[in-house]
Amino acid sequence: MRKLKEFFVEKLIFICGLASIFFVVLIFLFLTKEGLAVFKYVSPVDFLTGKSWYPISEPAQLGILPLIFGSLMVTLGAAIISIPIGIACAVYIAEIAPSKIKEVLKAGIELLAAIPSVVLGFIGMVTLVPWVKTVFHLPTGLTALSGSIILAFMAMPTIVSIAEDALYSIPKSYKEGAFALGATHWQTIYRVLLPAASSGIVAAVMLGIGRVIGETMAVMMITGNAAVIPQSILVPVRTLTATIAAEMGEAVVGSEHYFALFAIGIVLFIISFIINVTADLFLHKRN
Amino acid sequence: MFKKPLIFLFMLFLFAVSAFAGKDGSSIQVKGSDTMVNLGQAWAEKYMEENPEDFVAVTGGGSGTGLSSLISGSCDIAMSSRNIKDKEIALAKQKGINPFEVKVALDGLAVVISPANPVNKLTLDQLAGIFTGRISNWKDVGGKDEKIVILSREVNSGTHVYFKEHVLRNNNPNGKEEFTPSALMLSSSQAIADEVAANSAAIGYYGMGYISSKQKTIAVARDDKSEYVEPSIENVLSGKYPVSRPLFLYTNNQPQGLIKKFVDYALSREGQEIVIKTDFVPVKK
Repeated sequence: MRKLKEFFVEKLIFICGLASIFFVVLIFLFLTKEGLAVFKYVSPVDFLTGKSWYPISEPAQLGILPLIFGSLMVTLGAAIISIPIGIACAVYIAEIAPSKIKEVLKAGIELLAAIPSVVLGFIGMVTLVPWVKTVFHLPTGLTALSGSIILAFMAMPTIVSIAEDALYSIPKSYKEGAFALGATHWQTIYRVLLPAASSGIVAAVMLGIGRVIGETMAVMMITGNAAVIPQSILVPVRTLTATIAAEMGEAVVGSEHYFALFAIGIVLFIISFIINVTADLFLHKRN
Repeated sequence: MFKKPLIFLFMLFLFAVSAFAGKDGSSIQVKGSDTMVNLGQAWAEKYMEENPEDFVAVTGGGSGTGLSSLISGSCDIAMSSRNIKDKEIALAKQKGINPFEVKVALDGLAVVISPANPVNKLTLDQLAGIFTGRISNWKDVGGKDEKIVILSREVNSGTHVYFKEHVLRNNNPNGKEEFTPSALMLSSSQAIADEVAANSAAIGYYGMGYISSKQKTIAVARDDKSEYVEPSIENVLSGKYPVSRPLFLYTNNQPQGLIKKFVDYALSREGQEIVIKTDFVPVKK
């Protein structure tokens, strides 16, 4: 009886383990099947470099260059804001903070990760958007910058916790050695610990960026969704994710618009795949 | 580890629920236009009060969503704030569905700006100019020297499509005019209302139901020789207000049985009173 139970539990866990891979493969197959069909209507080059996105016009114009730039602009802004703060926060938690403050900070960061993105988007819409509008004297506060700031908040928990982990797992002897040579605390952090943990920190940054580029709801609410190639970070942009979310409801199943949205899905899938693989490579380099 | 089986169980649950819902003979699914969702909901509630044995479920998602559900057979009635497209009819015919159109109400599209903006009236041509990007400064239409911030609904909205076809393209079916790419696409009428209230340079449009004291409606004229008309129920009914549109229910073939009962209820005197209560304009008096 015990053996039977053991057998079933083992198999069950095995199936659960395979399930995630199975789902990823299924999703990828489905995406490719639906997405590649768009190239019957538009060439891959026109699709990726076209500057007009008018999916419901006759004939439809399906150029996603403005959307790619929109996503990149928001992501870049979020990275510039979140990486320095995130790494500094990780250093503080791992090296400097007394244990009581450390616990509070860690709990706070986990809490930040738990806030649903729609809530962050809503808070951004009510507080951040008017602020950006007045501070920069803009016609509207629904800009890439607003999106970047909110997304930085979402990337921060990932960056902090993984970077902190990387710093924590450096052998104690490194630090002791640096101190023994007469280095100050800051010199130790800057010259010894950060380089030693660099691969883990890069992985943390990549995973944080991965989260940013895939984020949908908050960006859709506060970036204005105008499909123009952005000339600066202070103009409205439309991201790949927001486009899919906003338009999937309308697309007639089997139309070129529908296929185009799936093709955008493929583009996103490829981008996050590359980011994840890079992060993985750096993580394994450490081990 | 625990997440996957949970999700799986949840999916099983969803399948089970949908299977049961599908089998029940005395229930109908109504789906579509976000503009009409409140109206549909109000009809369904009153209708179920009077016919407790029937069940009517109403969901939104956009006119296109409703029509594609009708075509795929996953709803019985599609609510739509635009006419069905030829493409959709062709697709429906392929699947053996024969869309049948019933006009149930009228809706005036209000063009709104912030009360802080001195502009009061615009012609249809000026509106088209603003929304296509030809006119980009308020001073060109009698306002302050300020860049116009254009707000539009997303393309899944029947309101977006109607505004493009009837204002930007001025009812010309071969028109090529588009919203300027720099137009901000917001995901709901409420988001447009909020942004207009807070931004003195913004202009947007939505169904009359969303008008409040925080926005100012613009009087619209067909051309510069005609009278400027405010969006109001009387002006939409008399046909004076130029930006108004019909709202439809679509069914497969002529409605029958329970579906007919519900459509008839929407067109009944009581149903049309609900139309007025939800800030739309009735088709029958």
